[in-house]
Amino acid sequence: MPSPDWPSSVYAALKDARVTQIGYVPDAGHAALIDAAHADPAMNAVVLTTEEEGIAMAAGAWLGGTRAVLLMQSSGVGNCINMLSLPINCRMPFLTLVTMRGEWGEFNPWQVPMGAATPTVLTAAGVHVHRADHPDDVAETVAACAALAFDSAVSVAVLFGQRLIGSKVFVK
Amino acid sequence: MRNDGTLDRRAVAAALLADPGDLLVITGLGAPTYDAAAAGERALNFYLWGAMGGAAMTGLGLALAQPRRRVLVLTGDGEMLMGMGALATIAAAGVPNLAVAVLDNARYGETGAQHSHTAGATDLAAVAAACGWAATTTARDMDEVAALRPRLRAEALFAVIRIAPDEKPRHLPPRDGAYLADRFRRALGVVDS
Repeated sequence: MPSPDWPSSVYAALKDARVTQIGYVPDAGHAALIDAAHADPAMNAVVLTTEEEGIAMAAGAWLGGTRAVLLMQSSGVGNCINMLSLPINCRMPFLTLVTMRGEWGEFNPWQVPMGAATPTVLTAAGVHVHRADHPDDVAETVAACAALAFDSAVSVAVLFGQRLIGSKVFVK
Repeated sequence: MRNDGTLDRRAVAAALLADPGDLLVITGLGAPTYDAAAAGERALNFYLWGAMGGAAMTGLGLALAQPRRRVLVLTGDGEMLMGMGALATIAAAGVPNLAVAVLDNARYGETGAQHSHTAGATDLAAVAAACGWAATTTARDMDEVAALRPRLRAEALFAVIRIAPDEKPRHLPPRDGAYLADRFRRALGVVDS
């Protein structure tokens, strides 16, 4: 079983990176992070109607001198592609944490095509893609990717493997 | 057809952006970007030349980052329609320092003046109200536009301005996004090492 406290380590890594805005479209794998964001009075937690809103929000945050992150699941990556031209063209940082579906014990076939395409389409759109598959190194990966994004002003996605977050159980 | 806009878009932009002071302005791609530039090129204008549907959300991120400054998003009906979910997101976020003004000609002016949904039954001010915006309005003459100017700098206001569909001469601001972002941040004093 995954270590139950890796989400709090990831949240701490985002705080260490001075992230003050978290935009998200909910995913069960991000639930603990989303709860932590809403419980933190120093964090702006913004629920989005669609994932690309979070890219534009992050651009505005950067224009205003602050840092944002987008939480989404892999099915949302496809919604983001044109909006990624904003941070890339403007040489702004962009950091997203993507929970993967469709790859490890997936029950729902509708999740498989976008999950399988996620690393390829992100790379094609100019995003640096890293993976975290083990509870012991997920926070370190997020910290390194936050540094890459914010210090080098590039777009970075951290893919949280479905094995890390556990397959969604449909039939109990 | 609702296609009743008569206002000159450049006159509207000039009125809304007169004496901008330290107002932070985000413009949606296409003609609103040119209108804002024609009203007065300045470092605290951030012009989107793409990222269609992203203007209002860029404004939200900026408003959250700079809670003591006023942010105005100036965009068009087609750009706002593409990012219409942002109206719900912004209302839910509840920021007091962000206003959105839509120059509504009911057309996609950049691509041949094809009608948008606001040429038919869609009323963006009503959409914003239904999304939870407490203050929404529609301006149809220059007196109403003049009244909008102070409100857009004081309220969380969503305003639609009915403009005429005429195409204006191009007035093109810089389009290098890295340059625009860097000069905006420097003018705001938020560039660090």
